[in-house]
Amino acid sequence: MTATQQIPLDSVVPERPEPGRKSRPRPRRALTRYGSWWWAMPALLAVLGVHYVATTIGGAYAFTDFKGIGSFEWIGFDNFTRIVGDKKVFGSIGNTLFLAIAFLIITNVVGMILALGLNRGVRSRYILRTLLFLPVVLSPLAVSYIFRFIFQVNGPLNAVLGGLGLTDWQHAWLADPTWAIFTILAVMVWQNIGMAMIIYLAGLATVPLEIEEAAAIDGAGPWARFRNITLPLLQPAVAISTTLTLTQGLKVFDQVQGMTGGGPYGATDTLSTVIYRQTFANGQFGYGAALSLVFTVIVVIAAAAQLFLTRDRNAGK
Amino acid sequence: MFRYSKWTLLREVLLWVAALIMLLPFYLLINTALKTSADALATPAFQPATNPTFNSFIDVFQSGGSATLLLGLFNSAVITAGAVIGLIVFGSACAYVLTRRLSRVSTVVYYMVLVGIVVPAQLGLVPLYIGARAIGLLGSPFGMAVVYTAMLMPLAVFLYGGFMRAVPVEYEESATIDGASPLRTYVQIVFPLLAPATGTISIMTGLIVWNDFFTPLIFLNGSSAATLPVVVYSYVTGLVTQWNNIFAILIVALVPITVLFLIMQKRFIQGFTGGLKS
Repeated sequence: MTATQQIPLDSVVPERPEPGRKSRPRPRRALTRYGSWWWAMPALLAVLGVHYVATTIGGAYAFTDFKGIGSFEWIGFDNFTRIVGDKKVFGSIGNTLFLAIAFLIITNVVGMILALGLNRGVRSRYILRTLLFLPVVLSPLAVSYIFRFIFQVNGPLNAVLGGLGLTDWQHAWLADPTWAIFTILAVMVWQNIGMAMIIYLAGLATVPLEIEEAAAIDGAGPWARFRNITLPLLQPAVAISTTLTLTQGLKVFDQVQGMTGGGPYGATDTLSTVIYRQTFANGQFGYGAALSLVFTVIVVIAAAAQLFLTRDRNAGK
Repeated sequence: MFRYSKWTLLREVLLWVAALIMLLPFYLLINTALKTSADALATPAFQPATNPTFNSFIDVFQSGGSATLLLGLFNSAVITAGAVIGLIVFGSACAYVLTRRLSRVSTVVYYMVLVGIVVPAQLGLVPLYIGARAIGLLGSPFGMAVVYTAMLMPLAVFLYGGFMRAVPVEYEESATIDGASPLRTYVQIVFPLLAPATGTISIMTGLIVWNDFFTPLIFLNGSSAATLPVVVYSYVTGLVTQWNNIFAILIVALVPITVLFLIMQKRFIQGFTGGLKS
């Protein structure tokens, strides 16, 4: 009768979650006490204070004429009417969006090209990776000053262009309202290509060589292999890298402040520089808060749109 | 199939060309800083300094009022260290409680914390500024470290939380069976297992704080607690076109992080990608 008493093992041992699948630990009896809520309190209070209370108060200032000192009046939507009528603000929103989108596209495309170039076979890839990544860790403000020198009228860039006989291409880069914004874009791209590159390199490391080899044997050319194998497998890396570059691009401040200070004639002003100037230089805390609120809404919408566009379309299939 | 062919060699050469073009600004930076004031203005930027001198560095260290370069370095180091320690201690403890306790409350709170990653801090800065001014924390390194800890806490909780879910609970269970208190289990078992996440968080948040310019410009400008970027900003604004001196300042400001990066480049790069994968 012993045989009937044997219970199949798998009915006793609970099923383990599949490896690789992200799952929370299964609910189980309170065998272990995982700390106490008190441990979480300092962090939660900090988050509550800065990200909820302060932000809410800041949002409330947007409906006042607060000057930073003394009493203030509730003025309803006056600040927002003023924003709608303010051409400079609209210019800065345009500049912010232009910088963010152009920065996102160029940085990610160049970063991915560099990552693909470095990915297989290149002997000096570690030193190249280090050199190309170096700008990422540096202070954006300090880097902007180097580029301010490069873009000067009698600076190195114009010297190189002159040396190549391209005198038509020479410009007063920083003082020309048309070109100034491209100097900002150049610094942003130069400094962050390395970041996109290492994210894509990490993504490329997950692409199995066998699949590529199989496709190559089946006659797929380099472009077809990239389009149909590499790129789909890079989807998580694309999502991460574009999220980072988008938020960074929308928040751009240091580079503008370091290179042009928003000039000439507001041609390079971004929302961040306008907010800084209105709030802290001009002391218009209420108006600055209204601008910050608009800025927050733009960032949240852009982030949501970006998440939607780069979502994993195959998930759940 | 992917042997080292002439195409790989071409790729390698092209990458070196790209890398050298990328690094040209550093050549200009060092070269110009070594020139005399007259040469910096008169000679072409690419022309190597004919009689290299460290005068600009001496100039830079001798000038400056309350907020000198060395003080800026010191302030940046103190504030960065304070914020990173705060984020590690409080962020890991918070993520532990939120991801290990499986009540509905902890899940909701966890996601409420994560909202802070997306929403920009700008809107909250005005009330924070006024609050800090009211309680006298404006221009204090301690206050600045607290502000950074709070601002970056969602990121730290997110990175720790993602990592913690991959750590099996069995370690903690056996520690409990062996009679360890929850605190001891956490400090001696869980926290050491989180070392990779701790590394990522230190590097990412440390870089953010060290290089940040916007927040200290508001909170510390003109005070003796000004961090490096603010000190550099006020120096350069005063120097206008004395490029050899400006570049000497920039070199002093950039050297610490560059050296640290070159020593620990593998950890930096792992830190960036490791945290991003989870």
